Amino acid sequence: MSAEGPHLAVIGAGPAGLAAALAAAGRGVRVTVVDSAAAVGGQFYRQPSAGLGARRPEALHHQWRTWRRLREGLDQYIAAGRVGHLADHHVWCVERKERTPEGFTVHALLGPEQEKPAVVHADAVLLATGGYEKVLPFPGWTLPGVVTAGGAQAMLKGGLAVPGRTAVVAGTGPLLLPVATGLAAAGVTVAALVESADPKALVRRAGALAGRPDKLAEGAGYARELLRRRVRTLVRHTVVETHGTDRLAAVTVAALDAAGRVRPGTERSIPCDTLAVGHGMLPHTDLAETLGCRITGPNVHVDEEQRTDVPGVWAAGETTGIGGAALALAEGHIAGRSAAARLWGRDPDPREWAAAAKSRAALREFFAALDSVYAPPAHWTEQVTDGTVVCRCEEVTAGAVRAAVGELGAGDVRTVKLLTRAGMGWCQGRVCGPAVAGIAGCPESVARRPFARPVPLGVLAQVTDQAADQAADTEVAPDQ
Amino acid sequence: MNPLELAEAEPGPAFTVTLDGREIDALPGQTVAAALWAAGVTSWRTTRGEGRPRGIFCGIGVCFDCLVTVNDRPNQRACLVPVRPGDSIRTQEGTGHER
Repeated sequence: MSAEGPHLAVIGAGPAGLAAALAAAGRGVRVTVVDSAAAVGGQFYRQPSAGLGARRPEALHHQWRTWRRLREGLDQYIAAGRVGHLADHHVWCVERKERTPEGFTVHALLGPEQEKPAVVHADAVLLATGGYEKVLPFPGWTLPGVVTAGGAQAMLKGGLAVPGRTAVVAGTGPLLLPVATGLAAAGVTVAALVESADPKALVRRAGALAGRPDKLAEGAGYARELLRRRVRTLVRHTVVETHGTDRLAAVTVAALDAAGRVRPGTERSIPCDTLAVGHGMLPHTDLAETLGCRITGPNVHVDEEQRTDVPGVWAAGETTGIGGAALALAEGHIAGRSAAARLWGRDPDPREWAAAAKSRAALREFFAALDSVYAPPAHWTEQVTDGTVVCRCEEVTAGAVRAAVGELGAGDVRTVKLLTRAGMGWCQGRVCGPAVAGIAGCPESVARRPFARPVPLGVLAQVTDQAADQAADTEVAPDQ
Repeated sequence: MNPLELAEAEPGPAFTVTLDGREIDALPGQTVAAALWAAGVTSWRTTRGEGRPRGIFCGIGVCFDCLVTVNDRPNQRACLVPVRPGDSIRTQEGTGHER
């Protein structure tokens, strides 16, 4: 790669990261895309592993033409030496160094083992770290065969693998539709799609929806596909418990009343070996938090140019607010153009990205409307029995969380964590955070995680040694 | 229809790995988790506290539920680690360091 010109590190190779990399590289900035996966695409465009020799990966995807454009653009820039792609790089921290010529150090761990370190230095950083799925607990949700809806999709797209023969897809949110149709297309019998919201309520938000007729058509397409595959859709229903000893055998579903409570007497059992469940998405914000970026609600705060409030740090895609791949593309494009202009020392002209900004505004409004309709049942915590494990890592039950609040007087999630260990395990509360807050009756707080992933002590010691030796000036070259 | 047919996959030749000594087939490009799912296995860990079975949950490396012992290395995320010919995969009990 050429050593000329300013250098931008893009963290994440999903739609936002790739759109940003293309926009910045097209304006003369050296770009290094640092990504944890073996191949680019992120979650939305996750590709079957090369070894599987898939000749028709598009069968698993939507918006395939957009992907081809991104992929071809990236390949051209990589061939020209203007973009470097670091695969299998799990970034655990981005450091801002004010007194060095290049302002940022990106710390990563290599490969699935995540034991050996790698470092990238850059003048600016663009965070496109995406999101992950929120799942609220219910009795039996730890039984093998219960997977996140997004997880079922990731295993299908990336590994061409399905967890069983008969699935129930449940929870809430627009993700459930492609997961159900994807599993059905792959030969899984989808016994039911169980949605706790009533999508008819979207009609009341017609104004916001009218701005994106393409997204409405997409939804209608899924609905037709579900009908064609004879997938029974139960709206205003929820899964109340699972059955099985060492593996899922059935789920009990029940209807919800207008207040979001289970209607007694409506319970029925559906035999299945797989439950794909999800209650919406959460942004990955760890790297932004450690950099000191302002976080608003669960999201990284950005301005019109997709800048965070930390100089030299941009953010785009799900990390700034959940809104899907099309919004991530628009935000990535704007962020990449803004970063390029500012790295060359000039103010960008927003008129250059007027089309992307218009798209961004409409899509944000569209997803705000979706968000107001798709919600977990208002009284979901009432279904969580005291014996239900809430923190999957540390095996902390709902009863223990309630005792921490009711008997020991915990008034916030941090105190609950200290008293019960809920959120103290391998996943660092990423999975149980919303559940613990809901059951404790405390507001969700932004978790402060100095490291975005578990880091071997030896790697940390090495970083400290390097800092002492001022060795941080030596750049580790991208492997292009 | 199965996922391999859907994507018109033509993987390289299958190879053998073992799960707790039992031989199972795997394909190049699969993760350990994908190979185990394809073999009909959905749990390969027991928890440290209650000894309950676990397998894939998030599928993208976030939740750490799918931890497994591969070639005597415990605590590998089955959803991330590629499966390789001859791998010895073992159900992980507790912390994985107790055997």
